[in-house]
Amino acid sequence: MSVLDVRNLAVRFETHQGTVRAVDGVSFTVEEGETLGLVGESGSGKSVSCLAMLGLIPTPPGVVESGEVLLEDTDLLRLSPDQLRRVRGNDIAMIFQDPMTSLNPLLTVERQLTEVLEIHRGLSRSEARKKAAAGLGDVGIPNPEARLDAYPHELSGGMRQRVMIAMALLCEPKVLLADEPTTALDVTIQAQILELMGALQQKRGTAIVLITHDLGVVAGMSDRVNVMYAGRLAETAETRALFARPRHPYTEGLLTSVPSLTDDPEAELASIDGQPPDLADLPPGCAFAPRCPYVGERCRSEVPPLARVDRDDAGRVSACFESARLGRTEVAGG
Amino acid sequence: MAEHLLEVRDLHKHFPVGRKGLLGGPAAMLRAVDGVSFTLERGESLGLVGESGCGKSTTARTVLGLHQATSGSVRFDGVELTTLARPERGAYRRRMQMIFQDPYASLDPRQTVGSILTEPLKIHRIGRPKERKLRALALLDAVGLNPRHINRYPHEFSGGQRQRIGIARALALEPELILCDEPVSALDVSIQAQIVNLLKELQERFGLAYLFIAHDLAVVRQLCHRVAVMYLGRVVETARREELYTAPKHPYTRALMSAVPVPDPEIERQRERIVLEGDVPSPMNPPSGCSFHPRCAERHRVAGGRCEAEIPALRGTQDAGGARLSACHLEE
Repeated sequence: MSVLDVRNLAVRFETHQGTVRAVDGVSFTVEEGETLGLVGESGSGKSVSCLAMLGLIPTPPGVVESGEVLLEDTDLLRLSPDQLRRVRGNDIAMIFQDPMTSLNPLLTVERQLTEVLEIHRGLSRSEARKKAAAGLGDVGIPNPEARLDAYPHELSGGMRQRVMIAMALLCEPKVLLADEPTTALDVTIQAQILELMGALQQKRGTAIVLITHDLGVVAGMSDRVNVMYAGRLAETAETRALFARPRHPYTEGLLTSVPSLTDDPEAELASIDGQPPDLADLPPGCAFAPRCPYVGERCRSEVPPLARVDRDDAGRVSACFESARLGRTEVAGG
Repeated sequence: MAEHLLEVRDLHKHFPVGRKGLLGGPAAMLRAVDGVSFTLERGESLGLVGESGCGKSTTARTVLGLHQATSGSVRFDGVELTTLARPERGAYRRRMQMIFQDPYASLDPRQTVGSILTEPLKIHRIGRPKERKLRALALLDAVGLNPRHINRYPHEFSGGQRQRIGIARALALEPELILCDEPVSALDVSIQAQIVNLLKELQERFGLAYLFIAHDLAVVRQLCHRVAVMYLGRVVETARREELYTAPKHPYTRALMSAVPVPDPEIERQRERIVLEGDVPSPMNPPSGCSFHPRCAERHRVAGGRCEAEIPALRGTQDAGGARLSACHLEE
């Protein structure tokens, strides 16, 4: 069953360079207890989509133009700011890339955690403190009682990210939006945090939307993947199927350009030609057309719609006129 | 010609932190680089890897003379740089250049690309204006940028293109050694691959040596012939690329390798990962003995509490392909 159903979400920003369509008609669902990866390069619209779902787009310059964000049966985009505040942090929560800027430096860890509980759950100060300590324990913070009195600057980056996760999970949300939760961390700490998130999800059945640019993280964590490019969905697939056979040229390029610890280091790395798209000045057809090795005439004039590409898999969609040509040549993109 | 292009021996860089009282000495010393040794040959690339705070950037900056070394030796082409007076050092600085992580912050936004690229030539009084301009055009072409864009400003370029400008600037004085400090970590994957390929191509074309600082082990594997792994200001292991990636010796290197996520769902879900406990300790107050011991899973295999008491020396073998060394009591 879907816990979150995003329909035709569109967000634009008015800038000096003109109108930027950061998210341009994005639809997807998140199933109960699953992890959905949201992959794409900077400016592809992954973070803006999530901020828009929570009503966190700064207006102006941002405008949520259209869309519905159904959390179970409630459309988050139709809620008043007050109603939204009651949902946010309670039924749906978000963790950010940089825990240093998302924690309040003037408040102790205890206050950051108990505030959520007092607002959403109406707990007393001492009840909230007890629950906050338990929350810190759940995310593997040693000696949680003592840590409650610490300020964010007294904690390491990994510890701060654990506090963020503890805070997001205190009210046991149905959906957790995690925006590059481990990007600012070192790999050995990243491994700890990813393991923790996996374990907590198994225990509580929280659905996770995992925004990341790291395909290794997606490979290990997510059940399904949405690939975004220039504000639109390029492809959606079950994780294994996506890595085994990408059906969008951008996904294919992305997968072949990631260096791994096993490929031939003497060979030239495959890369995607050209530069990332300028969102204020997108080409009329497919936004990927200028960089695409498969580009055809139609791609330059018409925006390809998301369409099914696998007879046996209704969830496998790609926005590409030429997707049938992909995967025929096994090592394409090189 | 000296044997090594660059030879760094027992390099230390300590920063004073805080102050005891009003006129007192520093309250503590931050040992950012705490006895680092390595060599680099002409045309070779050495990767310096490790997590934040391990001292890899400080090492590079001290080699370049941007920091004054606390102690130790840096020999470039046989000449000791740490004791060289400023004017003499300039001649060597020409032969070693640096590429920075952030292509947005390392270019002057008010200078055109042409002026950015000719500035090093002007400072070192090389060529006449016309020749300098020709050189700038050739540099743009060498790094895959359109020479017609010579009058544009940095903001008119994307991140990847800006990094190409940074590389062109580093090449302007025809250096023999380039220190690359996380040159691709701020870039998107598809652009990252372009820059990695460019750096490889330039190395072959100009016979450059790279000291390549990065935390991304997969990128280092693409670019470096040899790798030195650092932890808390010290080198814990050095090896040739093939050796390090197929058979890492030091427990920290093994954990680091195992923590890198693999972009393949089949492998990623099955493999056993060594998850290190705890955080990297502070370089202000490093643990006794082997500084990795509080997080080390192999510690119990060493008898008599040596890991807690004794700093392990780098030991191993040295051959034509370079040293294969590891600093672990288990190796003895």
